[in-house]
Amino acid sequence: MSKTIVIDGKVIPFEDGQTIIQAATAAGVYIPHLCHNPKFTPHGSCKLCTVKVNGRNCSACTFPASEGQNITNISEELNDDREKITQMLFVEGNHFCPSCEKTGNCNLQAVAYHLGMTDNHFPHFFENREVDASHPDVMIDHNRCIFCTLCVRASQQEDGKNVFAISGRGIEKRLVVNSPSGLLRDSDLDVNDCAAHICPTGAILIKRTGYNVPIGQRIFDHAHIDTVALAAEGASHDE
Amino acid sequence: MQNFIKNLAQENDFQATRLLKILRGVQTKYLHIPKDAIEQLAELLNIPRTQIQNVVEFYSFFHLQPRGQYDILISSSITDLMVGQEELVNYFAEKLGLKIGEVRADGVVSLNNTSCTGMCDQSLAGLVNGYAITKLTKSRIDEIVENVNKQLPLEQWSRDLFDVQDNIIKSDLLLNQKPTQGEAINATFARGLMETLNEVEKSGLRGRGGAGYTTAWKWKFCHEENAIQRYIVCNADEGEPGTFKDRVLLNSYADSVFEGMTVAAAIIGATQGFIYLRGEYLHLYEKLEGILQARRNANLLGKNILQHGFDFDIEICLGAGAYICGEESALIESLEGKAGIPRNRPPYPVVSGYLNKPTSVNNVETFLAAANIAIHGGEWFANLGTAKSKGTKILSISGDCAKAGIYEYPFGTTIQTILNDCGASDVLGVQVGGPSGTFIANDEFERKIAFEDLATGGSFIVFNNSRNILDIVHNFSHFFAHESCGFCTPCRVGTSLLKKQVDKIVEGHGSAGDIVALEELCQLIKNYSHCGLGQTAANPVLTTLERYPELYQSMLKKISYEPGFDLDKSLETARRMAHRDDAHAHLAQVED
Ligand SMILES: Cc1cc2nc3c(=O)[nH]c(=O)nc-3n(C[C@H](O)[C@H](O)[C@H](O)COP(=O)(O)O)c2cc1C
Ligand code: SF4
Ligand code: SF4
Ligand code: FES
Ligand code: FES
Repeated sequence: MSKTIVIDGKVIPFEDGQTIIQAATAAGVYIPHLCHNPKFTPHGSCKLCTVKVNGRNCSACTFPASEGQNITNISEELNDDREKITQMLFVEGNHFCPSCEKTGNCNLQAVAYHLGMTDNHFPHFFENREVDASHPDVMIDHNRCIFCTLCVRASQQEDGKNVFAISGRGIEKRLVVNSPSGLLRDSDLDVNDCAAHICPTGAILIKRTGYNVPIGQRIFDHAHIDTVALAAEGASHDE
Repeated sequence: MQNFIKNLAQENDFQATRLLKILRGVQTKYLHIPKDAIEQLAELLNIPRTQIQNVVEFYSFFHLQPRGQYDILISSSITDLMVGQEELVNYFAEKLGLKIGEVRADGVVSLNNTSCTGMCDQSLAGLVNGYAITKLTKSRIDEIVENVNKQLPLEQWSRDLFDVQDNIIKSDLLLNQKPTQGEAINATFARGLMETLNEVEKSGLRGRGGAGYTTAWKWKFCHEENAIQRYIVCNADEGEPGTFKDRVLLNSYADSVFEGMTVAAAIIGATQGFIYLRGEYLHLYEKLEGILQARRNANLLGKNILQHGFDFDIEICLGAGAYICGEESALIESLEGKAGIPRNRPPYPVVSGYLNKPTSVNNVETFLAAANIAIHGGEWFANLGTAKSKGTKILSISGDCAKAGIYEYPFGTTIQTILNDCGASDVLGVQVGGPSGTFIANDEFERKIAFEDLATGGSFIVFNNSRNILDIVHNFSHFFAHESCGFCTPCRVGTSLLKKQVDKIVEGHGSAGDIVALEELCQLIKNYSHCGLGQTAANPVLTTLERYPELYQSMLKKISYEPGFDLDKSLETARRMAHRDDAHAHLAQVED
């Protein structure tokens, strides 16, 4: 007998050591998420993956699955609150999707659509953030960084480097580059690094490729993020 | 500089865990952390430069740009505001000839505000180069300005400026004890380690840092973990505005606190302990080092303590201005030389704490209680208190009362009794447990100090009827936004949004929908934040909105919608560029 948890009434098997999101993904259940990527150690910071475990809010990407958990993933309350958390990310940065190269391939945008977000709800911060275009092949547009640390983790865990880090406290947080000048040009980032391609938003972009795939033919133009995520991440769980 | 940094790193055995201590040395010497120092330290400690950069940017007491030779910080806690903080700081700035937040052009002095420095019983308080100054008045400010302008070395300033009083006003079970050195250690070994753990369990002692977890269980779990190395940590971060009892315990009961740590270490099987002392208590550092050394000399620390075949020592680690480092897993990160960002749980620190080894983090007062329980037994303690809250609680009382200071009460004591004792009259309400706690109104004074009613880490701030509740909420909301570590979205973005929303209402720009929006935002921050900071950051609004809804309503304009940004203000740049200031260059917020 394998051990099981229950998500929205559905019985789902899990193995010891699995997080709730890992068990869910393997069983074809989508839990909205942004800072989680099954390839890397979980971070637990965006809070989009919050589910109710026996009535208590937990981050599905970090919380271990265990016998007896009765989990709510889909409810009006959770959906509304996830939408508001997403709106927080939108107003914190400067996301002008129509003029963003990533539009249609952007997880932040796709999650927002998935949650039915139609406006930003909160007042904008309109923070002045910079663009680092110093690297020959890769650029950073800090306006779109949501501090998910996926690039940080990818660089450390996949590329064996340490190109990115998050620095500062509170609302002053920012992405920094590990180079003497602080510029991407002077770091050891290579265009083929996983870290250059992992960003869920349009904050790290590969130069000269932005419109290779025309708008209308992009990932989320034809599929919802739940299907896309389950296909991609379900597969990588089995690796 | 190269040699200085190299020596500093060497003195700290090139250990990255000592990064905060090293940076403190650099900051003191160069008044900031120069870029070259970061580069050199990255090499010497073998860590990425970005880790050092992050630490410098995370902690309020490290700076990338030079501060003045005299760096003056003034506490901006609500109790400071109540003695006229704003006026006095402005006076200070004017006399020094600088703007708040800035360094004077000659580089001699800088002035800024800071979060509560733990001196609410002797406000207005502040720090000069990290050392506490108290009871600031215009004449004391004049004296400081003169010292600064003469560039008088700190050692030659009048000692009176640095005078920190204990103000112990009411002692009970714990504060009345004056055990001899080694008494608790000997009693523990005489009775047996597990027998002593049983006594701690029997005492019903629950953590005094706020969360109230049963101390004996924490020690038991830590002890039962399979590990070669375990750690015991004393949480002396005491950052909750209005709390200052740990400062007094460390000033006058340090031996007992260290003894409590030693007893705990013997029980769980730790050989190394740390005391995480908030940077604001730098004035206690040397004294505590001295006491630790005396204890080593008396074989109360070190190898084979009092011939019981047990080794243990304690190291003091100073914080650097970050309230979040009071949260136990953030504290552990800080001990490891990193930014104080709370970890994901599980695993809990008792399983995987400092350097991923089982670690028990306990409050200063918890250790003091444990030392005395080791001597007198569990029943002695459990005889006082209520069903779920045994023993006594040491309170830090400040605000509108005749006698601010330290009061020890059996759990179950009513708010009214406490108010009578401290000489409070015409009371509007009391903030129990600090900004993260509860605001109670004057029809609730029969409520009790107890985990099952009003839980508190010790902060107790009294407000009389001359005070405005919204000023209090305003101050607390700014505190949380400033102290959020920024790790998780709901707290990082939410506390800043909350600050803006409170400002909007307090400044009279709120309209009908804004109270609903305010409450909705509060629930979001409370329910989705990663750690206790975010989960309690909305309490000031929630607890006052519940009690004084009409007060919030009265601040609203009689229109249905007011935009979040100031229309007219946002045209300022355009006006400046067009050199215009006529009526047509201004916009009203709403059409008349
Ligand atoms: C934001 C935050 C700040 C805290 N600050 C302190 C503190 O200054 N001192 C303290 O003892 N506990 C503090 N705590 C509680 C600690 O996380 C921890 O529960 C406590 O140190 C455990 O000791 P105890 O069991 O003796 O209470 C804080 C918690 C949070 C969430
Ligand atoms: S740059 Fe992208 S991947 Fe990196 S932290 Fe920001 S949003 Fe995440
Ligand atoms: S709740 Fe606030 S302080 Fe706690 S982890 Fe989240 S951002 Fe940091
Ligand atoms: S996906 Fe779980 S917190 Fe971000
Ligand atoms: S579309 Fe550009 S950040 Fe999402």
